[in-house]
Amino acid sequence: MGIVRFENIHKIYKMGVEEVKALDGVSLSFEKGSFWAVMGASGSGKSTMMNILGCLDRPTSGQYFLETHDVSKLRDDALSDIRLKYIGFIFQSFNLIPQLTVQKNIELPLYYLGWDAHKSAERARELAERVGLETRLNHRPAELSGGQMQRVAVARSLAADPHIILADEPTGNLDSHTGTQIMELLAKLNTEGTTIIMVTHEPDIAAFAHNRLHMKDGLIDRIEQN
Amino acid sequence: MSLHQSKLIRNIWLGIENLLLHKLRSFLTMLGVVFGVGSVVAMLAVGEGASKEAMTQIQKLGSNNIIINSTKSLEDDSSNTQNARINIYGLTYFDNERINDTFPHVKKAAPAKLIRKESRLGAQVLELRIVGTTEAWFELVPREVLAGRVFGEKDVEDFANVAVLTEFGARKLLATKNTIGQPIRIGGNSFIVVGIIKSEEGQAGNLQIPDQQVDAYIPLSTVRKSFGDFFMKRAAGSRIREIVELHQIIVQVDDIEDVEPTAAGIERMLQDFHKKKDYELSVPLALLKQAEATKRTFNIVLGSIASISLLVGGIGIMNIMLASVTERTREIGIRRAIGAKRRQIIIQFLIETVVLSTLGGIVGLAMGILIPAIITYFAGMPTVITAKSIIFPLFISVGIGIVFGLYPAINAARVDPIIALRHE
Ligand SMILES: Nc1ncnc2c1ncn2[C@@H]1O[C@H](COP(=O)(O)OP(=O)(O)OP(=O)(O)O)[C@@H](O)[C@H]1O
Ligand SMILES: [Mg+2]
Repeated sequence: MGIVRFENIHKIYKMGVEEVKALDGVSLSFEKGSFWAVMGASGSGKSTMMNILGCLDRPTSGQYFLETHDVSKLRDDALSDIRLKYIGFIFQSFNLIPQLTVQKNIELPLYYLGWDAHKSAERARELAERVGLETRLNHRPAELSGGQMQRVAVARSLAADPHIILADEPTGNLDSHTGTQIMELLAKLNTEGTTIIMVTHEPDIAAFAHNRLHMKDGLIDRIEQN
Repeated sequence: MSLHQSKLIRNIWLGIENLLLHKLRSFLTMLGVVFGVGSVVAMLAVGEGASKEAMTQIQKLGSNNIIINSTKSLEDDSSNTQNARINIYGLTYFDNERINDTFPHVKKAAPAKLIRKESRLGAQVLELRIVGTTEAWFELVPREVLAGRVFGEKDVEDFANVAVLTEFGARKLLATKNTIGQPIRIGGNSFIVVGIIKSEEGQAGNLQIPDQQVDAYIPLSTVRKSFGDFFMKRAAGSRIREIVELHQIIVQVDDIEDVEPTAAGIERMLQDFHKKKDYELSVPLALLKQAEATKRTFNIVLGSIASISLLVGGIGIMNIMLASVTERTREIGIRRAIGAKRRQIIIQFLIETVVLSTLGGIVGLAMGILIPAIITYFAGMPTVITAKSIIFPLFISVGIGIVFGLYPAINAARVDPIIALRHE
């Protein structure tokens, strides 16, 4: 049984009289420790799927199980808790908080977990070291390059020791060399046991994953193994 | 508990850090609360000072007292065209007795007869303002005895030639402690100085305190025997002849509740026995009530002005916080995606607003303490800062932060993380 399971998930956006079926009955199961690349044309429903996987959004119908939780039934506060404890996000546009230092950005999940300041700082330093940014702890995001910002984002996504990392086009804003560095980082995390689900348009980025899932018009088109 | 506390402190620090990112904006936003709280504190200080001043003045008059003064009636004045006419007016010895005897709640009444006599102590020769009275005076107008003693019932009964100087009179006559026991000549008669008592000065409303500018006291009986009731004054080229028995009667009522009914009773009695209205009743308690009413009005008027400025300050804060929420939509989205609950977003923004308004309150408090100090220094107006006038505005400024910060904070928590993360 997979760590995440979709059972006939629909996501329908109503725009006046028109309906957009962003997801049109998706069923899938991702195994623990797997590394997936989600691919497909623009508008095929990749981000919509990631948002539901990440408990940021709710499906219009269908069931979503995350480990033992029936997520589709949970209330807003419980969804926040699931995001905090089970899921790490990495975004195309990094999404660091500009007024906070690198250290504070990495500590953010720990703050909401209620860790004390000392322990959080220690953990942030350890994570910064892991992504090679231990010398930049007191910098603000604006003082970093794109690749460095994405490494901070990776460190932040790891802070609470999530079971799953969701990355929506993590290399979309990076050059291919920097993108490869980030992918090597993710691949290493995956070998350490973290489940990774990543959206990408680029075949050589998708090559880092074990499996590829192709979306088309809100449905799974096909699944390939690397 | 300690985890909770340290979390609150961290939240407050986070709020301060965020406010410091926009120093000028935060400062300008604070100004409304600064002026609002400043004016509340200053207003309370001035109001409190004024009422305390009024209270002490009225206390000097005695809050259980009724003061009756003789006045020349108006009809009398206009008909006073002939030089030879003698004016007879004012309170009588009989009035004093009746007040003492008829009113059950009157504890004591002290009659006073005012005379001006040429006096001599040692080498000093002066016209003194002298009050002839009974021992009751010193109970109804209690003043600290600086040296010697005041005269008693026996001195009055015995027509004793004793005089009690006030501090004010003693200074004029260059009298000292050593003067006690020395003779003083008053209007040709010899008296013995038996004591010196403290002088007070002051006024409440249009009522002077009874011992204002009095130089000396001698027994009423002695005044009657030695000088009689007939006065002759020179004024504007003509001679004014008057017969006045008593110039003032101070009445003390046993209970503060009975002051006003007794005053009304005395007034009615005097109306029956006097053909003209040649007396005037003053009730310090009524002045006290009037002072309190004035203070209340003052507080209401200034209070509403202060509330308006606090309201404006609060709206200013709300406006800026709403703008700040829009500006930080993306940050809110990031926090929500990471796992922040709606409640935690509300708390974050609420704390920021409360920190802002409380800082404004503290600066306003400093201003509100400084302004009355300046008023006191330059205008000599008394001002009083009480614990209440410090704590109350601080609570208000925290309250403003909560009231005007709640709506922006709830708006922040309503942000949809998916839309917020797309927000550029
Ligand atoms: N909030 C929304 N309201 C209405 N329609 C939406 C909304 N979000 C997504 N859609 C629609 O749902 C469909 C799927 O969108 P989605 O963002 O999942 O595509 P995507 O595969 O991530 O595309 P891209 O590769 O361009 O990021 C699109 O047709 C899109 O217009
Ligand atoms: Mg997308």
